[in-house]
Amino acid sequence: MRWHTVSGMTDRSGVSLLLARYGTALALVVLLAFNFAVTPNFATWQTLNVNLTQVSTIVIVAVGMTLVIATGGIDLSVGSLMAISGALAPMIFLGNLVGIGGIPVAVAVAMFVAVAATTLLGAFNGWLIARYRIQPIVATLVLYIAGRGIAQVMTNGNLQVFKLPEFQWIGLSRPFGIPAQVIVMLFIVTLAAWMLARTNFGRQLLAIGGNERAARLSGIATGRIKIAVYAISGALAGLAGLVVIAINSASDANLVGMGMELDAIAAVAVGGTLLSGGRATIIGTLLGALVIQLVRYTLLANGVPDAAALVCKAAIIIGAVWLQERGRTA
Amino acid sequence: MSSPVLSMQSINKTFGGIAALTDASLQVEPGEIHALIGQNGAGKSTLIKVLTGYHQRTSGEVTFEGRAFEAASPRAAQEAGISTIYQEINLVPQRSVAENICLGREMRRFGLLDWPGMRAEARRLLARFKLSIDVDQPLSQLSTATQQMVAIARAVGFSARLVIMDEPTSSLDDREAQVLFTVIRGLKAEGISVLFVSHKLDELYQVCDRVTIMRDGRTVQVSRIDETDKLTLVSTMLGRDVARTEGRTTGFGAPSRAPGEIVLRANGLSDGRHVRRVDLEMAEGEIVGLTGLLGSGRSETARLIFGDTQTLSGTMSVAARPYHPSQPADAIRAGMGFCTEDRKIEGIVPDMSVADNMMLALRPTLGRSGIVDEARYRQIVTHFIAALGIKCTGPSQKIRELSGGNQQKVLLARWLAMSPRLLILDEPTRGIDVGAKDEIQRLIRSLANDGLAVLMISSELEEVVEGADRVFVLREGLSVADLPRDGLTEAAVLSAMAHGVGHD
Repeated sequence: MRWHTVSGMTDRSGVSLLLARYGTALALVVLLAFNFAVTPNFATWQTLNVNLTQVSTIVIVAVGMTLVIATGGIDLSVGSLMAISGALAPMIFLGNLVGIGGIPVAVAVAMFVAVAATTLLGAFNGWLIARYRIQPIVATLVLYIAGRGIAQVMTNGNLQVFKLPEFQWIGLSRPFGIPAQVIVMLFIVTLAAWMLARTNFGRQLLAIGGNERAARLSGIATGRIKIAVYAISGALAGLAGLVVIAINSASDANLVGMGMELDAIAAVAVGGTLLSGGRATIIGTLLGALVIQLVRYTLLANGVPDAAALVCKAAIIIGAVWLQERGRTA
Repeated sequence: MSSPVLSMQSINKTFGGIAALTDASLQVEPGEIHALIGQNGAGKSTLIKVLTGYHQRTSGEVTFEGRAFEAASPRAAQEAGISTIYQEINLVPQRSVAENICLGREMRRFGLLDWPGMRAEARRLLARFKLSIDVDQPLSQLSTATQQMVAIARAVGFSARLVIMDEPTSSLDDREAQVLFTVIRGLKAEGISVLFVSHKLDELYQVCDRVTIMRDGRTVQVSRIDETDKLTLVSTMLGRDVARTEGRTTGFGAPSRAPGEIVLRANGLSDGRHVRRVDLEMAEGEIVGLTGLLGSGRSETARLIFGDTQTLSGTMSVAARPYHPSQPADAIRAGMGFCTEDRKIEGIVPDMSVADNMMLALRPTLGRSGIVDEARYRQIVTHFIAALGIKCTGPSQKIRELSGGNQQKVLLARWLAMSPRLLILDEPTRGIDVGAKDEIQRLIRSLANDGLAVLMISSELEEVVEGADRVFVLREGLSVADLPRDGLTEAAVLSAMAHGVGHD
């Protein structure tokens, strides 16, 4: 009897450990299987592209968020930074700001300036956190609030509409039949996963999240790395902002990136990254975003209203965090 | 003789089967200032927490003012007349003195706060402590000592019969401490008893009447302080018989080489708080012991040397070149390593692998442009796992799954991989089982024999006496003795800790 209890317990903790590690992947497989069986026209190139297109901006931002969370921080400003980059780029390539020669040059300058601006703003977040030891949630709240305001002031609150293939390839073109932003997303995911596993920067940022005192005493420049991580998060948010306005053929500072910070955090959490820092998985974040997206698609495709889908999303997040805790204590 | 205000007899307390207090006792007379001393883990805090209702005792008798006493919570103890003042001041710095004093017991009139009443109450209370402060002033504008007085006034109120002070002087300078002592004597004059916990022996002689010494969860001695000399206090606290002679119990062994060139020299180091004037000198191949009672500034000195905190005054040189570290990275560049006292808080990154933990400091120097040279990496890690005999399932096992001794070896390897010339070890064998302890001590000696200079901080006397080639003793932030290996005895170290031999 006693023996039985003991072995039963080890089995259970083994299962919860496996669930914590591969739960997200498993959920994805279950969802796919369910859809293949139930949802009409699921197994089409069209469906795949729709889902990937919708998820790509979330994944791009969530990759930056994963790195930030890995250091034990959080970045609430990403949605507002998307609005800033989304407002800035059209102002340049539409010639409202400065007149620049040919269209391709103007587009290149616009994209560069927009992403550079959000990178700097991200670095500013990191600087507040590293230099003044402000809690990340408070430090990034500054730009969460002010950022969208800046974007609205820059555009006078006006909608910027454009039709410019030289720019919109990033959201609309399909090389080899794959949407461009999906290629961008996969490139960023691969690069970030490699960086986290193989470079000094990646290991050091994880060390900071795992034990900042130990990292500092080991000679790691904790401040510089934090600034860099928030700058990367800002850069990726800027890029995602460009993708969003390219898809919409318009930029509305009130709407671009609205609520993105929470979608990104949700993807990171569901993906299995430890929210307290020190353990992170980029692939997990990709899977997490896909699971959330697919649940929403499944419900919508089967006639469940969007409001109910939101409740399901919340349930998934709670489930994921619960599994994570179980896996940690087991 | 009047009956004691507090009597705790045969107190036992166990946490999950492990005894924290065994047959401990404490008796405080009315109007007495009673010192409670002991090493870390001796059971002082547990005993106080049992008294104040923070913990419930497993067994034992407590009487307070002649009646059986059992506090259900710290608040209940406070209401019964036992006030506790902690090291840190638990007040609201932005609010006024009056508000702080009346916090949690606000006076009301017609359902509104009675401000004039509260101000008058605060003034009356402060007057009892002979403090004349503007009660409308924000607390943060007062000096630390005055804030401390306000905290005491607030805690004592009008009803306390026993005041417990847990290291009340740790954040005060000498002059401020004297003001505090005046207040304490004032309490005594009113018949209020004080239980005074401190590691600064001189203070005990200044204010206390009697002393209770605890060790390993037991009360080992109770005596009048003016009949007890410092040496007895220290040796009783550490559980060392001064006259005792003994064989070797550690794994160090004798040095096989003479000390070489001077590696580090420090003169008059001060951090303005815990370290006041520390001089040190270390040579190649030498194990230098740094010791002193708790709060003497041992670990703080190590932090200054490693650049983790900044020196206020004093100079250092490494290999005869001036050395001013402003961050640990500077110390590492100068060839130093530092294994901290608390492995969990400052050493290991629990979620990372043995390999990643070991390579935390060395990694940036491996491979080109920030990309890790995996082959070299693995080679170094497997080398150290074998060389130090680290017991793990492999380089990728999480470090938190290892035993304390093996974690410590990984942290040692973190620095050894850097080929340092100076290694600072703060309590290198604390919390490690006997076998691993012996192994680590042997390793430290063999590293020194290979030319490494080792600064070993230890509160275990035998580790210092048997392991070190030279011992510096600190007392209240001052270097008080520099003892050579020849003729190094526990008695000599104890005496320096207590009296400060060689101190002018």
